[in-house]
Amino acid sequence: MVGMTLVSWAFDIALGAALLWLAWRCLFTRNLFESVVLFVAFGLLMAIAWMRLEAPDVAMAEAAIGAGLTGALLMSALARLERPRTGQEEGR
Amino acid sequence: MTGVVRWAFAGLLAVLAFGLASVVLQIPGTGSALRSQVMAQLPQSGVDHAVTAVLLNFRGYDTFLELVVLLLALFGAWGLSDSIDEAPLDTDIDVLTELVAFLVPVLIVVAAYLLWVGAYSPGGAFQGGAVLAGAGVLLSLCDPGWRSRRVERIGEVLLVPGVLVFLLVGLASMLLGGQFLEYPRDMAGSLILLVEGFAMLSIAVTLHTLFAGTPRFGGGA
Repeated sequence: MVGMTLVSWAFDIALGAALLWLAWRCLFTRNLFESVVLFVAFGLLMAIAWMRLEAPDVAMAEAAIGAGLTGALLMSALARLERPRTGQEEGR
Repeated sequence: MTGVVRWAFAGLLAVLAFGLASVVLQIPGTGSALRSQVMAQLPQSGVDHAVTAVLLNFRGYDTFLELVVLLLALFGAWGLSDSIDEAPLDTDIDVLTELVAFLVPVLIVVAAYLLWVGAYSPGGAFQGGAVLAGAGVLLSLCDPGWRSRRVERIGEVLLVPGVLVFLLVGLASMLLGGQFLEYPRDMAGSLILLVEGFAMLSIAVTLHTLFAGTPRFGGGA
């Protein structure tokens, strides 16, 4: 039993550390694409953290909306930032 | 940014972080009184899962307003975005189209299951809607114009019923003698499923529209 507790403590600490590290990298990386990918990874680990906190409802919403759809939205926003608008004069 | 401003920001952030930390530390644990109240009222809510009971029955008003906010957010996004060239992802990769063709039906079934299972265990309209929207996003990646061709205006019409049905159910329960959204007890379960079903469709279409961008009103796509 003590072994199991230790393992779950080690897992939780690793999870928390990974979340903090991903959040840090996501905010401070120069490359926006990388930032979005890190955000999605953060969301997925966050879902695991919610499971560890015995909140499966929140975990499911985090995985589907936080990681999945927000990731897709950020990607499409990124694509629109990089592509010049059509129908108007190009450039500034 | 000058040094003084930087330090002022750092100080403000430190105060914010300290405040947040002290609030988090004050959150009562599992022993809070709300939990026992929810558990006591659960048999009357029409569902067997505490989270669904809170979201759709006890605090249905909050969820209703959440749907309104989602719709308003979409209107805001429409106002900001120009019509944008829908360049298809230039992938002639069969793997993508094959995978999506296989995944989309599965995702539709999963969404329906999540909606149904919300009454007993984790799941519900938001999760189901997000999964459906995910299916739509996958389709859009393969073929950006699929929605305007396949379903024409139905997609845009489906934005509304989530809020509308919720509102009508709330008003109907007022007519039957209760407060706004105080469902009659013996119908609560089916009313929640009705509200959640339409909410799921609207959530899915709203989220997908946020991704896919402005519909081209007036002209064919």
